[in-house]
Amino acid sequence: MTPTTTTTPAAAPAGPAGAALAGQFAAMLRIRRFEERIEKMRHAGEVIGSVHLCIGQEAIPVGARAALEERDALFSTYRGHGWALACGVPAEALFGELLGKRTGVNGGRGGSAYFSAPSYGFYGENSIVGGGAPIAAGAALAARYDGSGAIALTAFGEGAMNQGSVHEALNFAAAFDLGVIFVIENNRYSELTPTKDMVRDDELWKRAAAYGIPGVRVDGNDPLAVRDAVAEAAARARAGEGPTVVETMTERLVGHYIGDGEAYRQEGEVAAAREREPLVVARAALLDGGMSADSLEELVTSVEAEIDAAAAAALAAEPADTTTVREHLHA
Amino acid sequence: MPELNYVSAVNAALHRAMDEFPEAIAFGEDFAIPGGVFTASKGLRDRFGERVFDTPISEAAILGGAIGAAVRGRRPIVEIMWVDFFLVALDQIVNQAANVRYVSQGELTAPLTVRTQQGVLAGSCAQHSQSLEAIFAHVPGLIVGLPATPQDAYDMLLSAIAADDPAVVIEHRSLYFGPRAPVSVDGPIEPVGGARVRRAGEDVTLVTWGAMLGAAVSAAEQLADEGVSVELIDARWLAPFDTATVTASVEKTGRLVIAHEANVSGGFGAEVAARIANEALWSLEAPIVRVGLPDSRIPAAPVLQRALVPGAEQIAAALRETVAVPA
Repeated sequence: MTPTTTTTPAAAPAGPAGAALAGQFAAMLRIRRFEERIEKMRHAGEVIGSVHLCIGQEAIPVGARAALEERDALFSTYRGHGWALACGVPAEALFGELLGKRTGVNGGRGGSAYFSAPSYGFYGENSIVGGGAPIAAGAALAARYDGSGAIALTAFGEGAMNQGSVHEALNFAAAFDLGVIFVIENNRYSELTPTKDMVRDDELWKRAAAYGIPGVRVDGNDPLAVRDAVAEAAARARAGEGPTVVETMTERLVGHYIGDGEAYRQEGEVAAAREREPLVVARAALLDGGMSADSLEELVTSVEAEIDAAAAAALAAEPADTTTVREHLHA
Repeated sequence: MPELNYVSAVNAALHRAMDEFPEAIAFGEDFAIPGGVFTASKGLRDRFGERVFDTPISEAAILGGAIGAAVRGRRPIVEIMWVDFFLVALDQIVNQAANVRYVSQGELTAPLTVRTQQGVLAGSCAQHSQSLEAIFAHVPGLIVGLPATPQDAYDMLLSAIAADDPAVVIEHRSLYFGPRAPVSVDGPIEPVGGARVRRAGEDVTLVTWGAMLGAAVSAAEQLADEGVSVELIDARWLAPFDTATVTASVEKTGRLVIAHEANVSGGFGAEVAARIANEALWSLEAPIVRVGLPDSRIPAAPVLQRALVPGAEQIAAALRETVAVPA
C-alpha cells in the first residue's frame, strides 16, 4: 500500500514493534501538524468554511490503515483529514482542497468535510453523520462479485451509532456476511453533547452482538492496538466471515469544529486528556524503548519540514478553476 | 415483436440488462425469490442467481449499498417498492448518489438505477399514493424518467440502466397490468432524454407524463370531436427535460396545458410553465394552464379519491378554457 509517511524513522527502538511504533508516531505527527496548520489557515482566513479537526484521534486512522491493503476501500467522516493522510493522499493536495485551489484533491469541490481520493483507496469523507456506512457495505458487496478480495472500512463517530442508516448498514452487512469493518471513533461527544447522556449503555461495541457479529473495544490512542483489532477484523472480512465492530476509545482535544466555544467541557477535562493523547504516549514509549532524544527530534523536524513545504506549495497554487464549475454533473 | 403489458415490459428490460451488463446486480425488498410485489422482477433470480437478491426492509441500506457497489464497478439496479418509502432514505440519493460524480470531478461515478412506482389507486392510503417526481427532478445530478407505455417501460428502463449516472425511473402502479401491446425488444438502447409527440395538433399543446398520458389521450380525442386539434407531448424524462420539443410546439399552437397527477404547487408543471414563459412567451395567446391534484393530502376511500384526482374531464375542461381565450 501507499506509505503512510515519507519519513524513514532514524534509530528507532530495537525490534519490529519499535520500528512500527516509530513509523506510526511519524504518521500521527504528520496528521497533527497538518491539522494545526489548517487551524492557523482557518484563523488567518485562508481556509474558509466549517472545519472539523481530528487532533487527539490520530492513532485510529494510522493504526487502522496499517491493517488494510491497497485494494481495500475506506470511508470516513467529515473529521477525515487524518484518514486521507493515512491512506497516503499527499498533504499538498489536501491543503489545496481546503484552500480552494485547483491543485486540491477534488479541485476545491469537496472542501474540508467532503473530499475523496479513490486512487488511494480513500472513497471519501461524508458530511452526513452515518451516511457513509451503507455505502461502505455496498463497496463490500461489489467485492463479492468482482473477485478482488477487497474489503471495506467505514469509520464514524460514536454519535453516528444512533443514526438509522448505521443500523441498516450493520444489519445489511451482517445478514449477507459482507466484508466491512465498522470502526467507531469514540471521542465521547456527539458533536457538542456527551454521548453517555444520549444512550442507556455507552459501551457501543456491545451492540455488535445484537447483529450476531463480533464487537471489540480497544484503546484508540494506541495505534498498534487499533492496528491489531482491525487486522483481526480484516482477516474475518477477507475470509467471508462478515463484518466486525471495532470501538476505539479516544478523546478529541479540540472542539467539534474550529470556533466551537466548548462550553460543554468539564473543568480540567482536556488537560487530563492531553496527558494520555496518542502522540504523548507514543513519544514516551519511543524514548523508553531506547530511541534517543536527538533521533526523535530529527524525526519531528523532518515531518514538520514536509508539512511546511506542502502548505507553502498549496498556498502558492492557482485558485480553483471557475471555468469548469458546471462540469462533471453528468457523464 | 412480443405483446407485453407494462409490468412484463419492465421484466423483459430487467432480463436484458442483466444479460447485457455483466456488472449489473439487482436487489430490493421481496425482489428476488418472491419476484417483486408487482411481479416486475419475476424469474430474475432463477436466471441470474446470486446477482439478484432480497434485502431487509432497509431503504438506506438498499440505496447506500447500490452507491457503494456502483463506485466499485458494479451497475446496481434496485427497487424502492413505493415512492413514498423513498422518503425514509432520501439522504442516500440526494446527498450521496447525486454528488458522487460532481464532487470527485468525474473520478468516481455512480451508475445505479432506482426503480420505484407511485400514484393513486382505488383505496391506496395517504402514504401509498403520492406523486413525488418533482422532488427528484429538483436534484441536479439525477436522471428522472416516467414511462407511460409498455414500450417506454422497456426502453426507458434500459436507457437509465445504461447511463453512467444515478437514475430514478418512476413507474405507475395503475399501468402495470394494463393492455398488452407489441414491444420492440431488440432495438439499440437509446440515451436518456427526449419527449415524444403522441398526437400532432395545431390549436393547443398538451404536455403530460406517466399515467396521466391515458387521460390526456382521452381529452385530446374529446377535443378533436369538438373540432379542436390538440398536440399531445409525452415528456417521458423530466431530467433531462426536452424543453425544445415543447417550445417548438407552443410556438406553433400558441397555447399550453400541462397535466400531471402530482399536486399543483411545486409540481414539475410549474417548471415547464416557467421554461415556456422564458422560451416562448411572445408565442403564447392564452395563459398557461396547469392541471394536477389540488393541494391536498390524499384520502383512501375511492369516492373521495375520485373527487380529487384529475382525469380526462379536467384536462378537457382546461383545454377548452385555453382555446376559448381570443388570440
